[in-house]
Amino acid sequence: MTSQTSRAWLLSAPALVLFAVLLLTPLAMTFVLSFNSFDFYGGIGNDLSLANYAEVLGDSYFYEIFWRTFLIALITTVICAAIGVPQAYILYRMSPFWRSITVLIVIGPLLISVVVRTLGWAILLGNKGVINTALTNIGLIERPIRMMYTSGGIVLALVHVMVPFMVLAVWAALQRQDPATEAAAESLGARPRTIFFRIVLPQAIPGVLSGSLIVFSLSASAFATPAILGGRRVKVVSTTVYDEFLNTLNWPLGAAIAMLLLVAVLAVMLSWNRLVERRYGEVFE
Amino acid sequence: MAFLELHGLTKRFGDFAAVDDLTFTVERGSFVSLLGPSGCGKTTTLQMVAGFETPTEGKIILDGKDLSGIPARERGLGIVFQTYALFTHMTVEENVGFGLEMRKVSRAERKRRVADALDLVHLSHLGNRYPRQMSGGQRQRVALARALVIEPQLLLLDEPLSNLDAKLREEMQLELRRIQREANVTTLMVTHDQSEALALSDSIVVIDHGRLRQDATPFDVYETPQSSFVSRFLGKSNNFSARLESAGPDGSKLVCGSLDLQGPRVDLAPGPVEIALRPERITLVGADAGQLRGTVAERVFMGNQWLLRIETEIGDMLVMRYNTGRAEAEQGATVGLSWKPEDIRILPAEETSA
Repeated sequence: MTSQTSRAWLLSAPALVLFAVLLLTPLAMTFVLSFNSFDFYGGIGNDLSLANYAEVLGDSYFYEIFWRTFLIALITTVICAAIGVPQAYILYRMSPFWRSITVLIVIGPLLISVVVRTLGWAILLGNKGVINTALTNIGLIERPIRMMYTSGGIVLALVHVMVPFMVLAVWAALQRQDPATEAAAESLGARPRTIFFRIVLPQAIPGVLSGSLIVFSLSASAFATPAILGGRRVKVVSTTVYDEFLNTLNWPLGAAIAMLLLVAVLAVMLSWNRLVERRYGEVFE
Repeated sequence: MAFLELHGLTKRFGDFAAVDDLTFTVERGSFVSLLGPSGCGKTTTLQMVAGFETPTEGKIILDGKDLSGIPARERGLGIVFQTYALFTHMTVEENVGFGLEMRKVSRAERKRRVADALDLVHLSHLGNRYPRQMSGGQRQRVALARALVIEPQLLLLDEPLSNLDAKLREEMQLELRRIQREANVTTLMVTHDQSEALALSDSIVVIDHGRLRQDATPFDVYETPQSSFVSRFLGKSNNFSARLESAGPDGSKLVCGSLDLQGPRVDLAPGPVEIALRPERITLVGADAGQLRGTVAERVFMGNQWLLRIETEIGDMLVMRYNTGRAEAEQGATVGLSWKPEDIRILPAEETSA
């Protein structure tokens, strides 16, 4: 081994140790745990079987949870794209002074704990929350609209959490494009609307796609937001795992669900990436 | 009346005048270069003609029509950008066809005209490629085809060759001229490269600090520069301060340092002037012959020519000699410098501010 490669290993050692101890080890242990048996009286057994997986895959209750989780993640991603793309474009067109201020505002939410932000949403969305009280007082509604403990409420709060990731990804893609392309399109007779939809947006697509990847995977595995806004009534995969571990104490089943979530998200990410590369590989670098 | 006329065109950013009272004309079908160092206002001028910048003062008249107030998309000009500005997500054919699509040209005619344009730039075989799969020279041709396919009244080229390497640039110079002639389109090119401007243009407009310095054919700009700036900016030149003693119908008398010189007829009043002498007009003679004696300080062999720096009593002189198959004077040798009096250019002394 040359001194250069050994130095490279040495320099990355702290990160590798951290990675191995804090991520790979628990992951491997969870993986093994998911094959163990569980008995309400005897606790976790040491035998290995696929029984936990069979239980999850054979129960429509879990299908519903997985389906709901991915639907929430998908809708969140779509809304984030719809909000994030125009926002990123506005950001891209701003003067440098206003842009730096606006970037701060965009990233601002990321500086506050997800739990705090979600509790904020709970205050707004509750049956006696700010929105319902206000609407009732104006006289627009007689009975409060149910927003807490609904999938819609979770999507709303998740969008708030995830939009910055989309904005930053799309903005990065916009910055990579040649600003002269817009002038070129204009000189060829294109109106501003046409320029945006035919020239700017298609060139920003790689950013939208990578932003979607981030938003989707983070939303599918989000815990704090669905836990606070969904409670027991609207369960998603991550809150189900939590309940299995801490309420039912059925760790092996929780581990099996967690592994299935990991595999499912990974599968979505990889096939999405494949699709993107096949479609845009020759067009974009 | 000229095809394109710029009248007193001015663009001020705050107190700074990027373009200052610029007036010149472009004849139909001709190729005119705006030449100047970077930051001289030539690109701003092009932007105003294109419609991307609004003039502070002055008018642009194209084919008898005032362009002020007409947005860029309605001017119908073909523009080739410095970065080419190709639409990376579209194929070459889609790029070239975009302008026609915006003009709502029917699909069949669009196909035919795109094919013609690609034929003109010799890219017919690459219509289905994406820009990223092409070389710099090919992208340049796509940009040209895209600008020409809309049959523009005027073609604007913004430093079209500056992103190409030296060898390709020479090739593209010839190519650009051929395409411009074949398409028979009036062309205005912005460049900072004097050799590009000399090679391509019917006429060169030299700009410095936003002001017009000279507007003439390449030959005249090179041969009879009207200012020290123009003489230095185009080609190499030996410039010295001198005094014009007398100017008569059969030549003028000059004093440069301790040297008495003969110069051509000139329309300047006696007083301080600047003289300019091209390196290729000087011949090397025996040490005791010629107007001036000097020592060879440096000698550079460039294949087809030699470049010599000779130290003389009035200052360093650059001398260029064609390689005629024998070695030139060696470094350290004492030589005589000789030139014809009519090869001297007498220019007004530069104002101290410049």
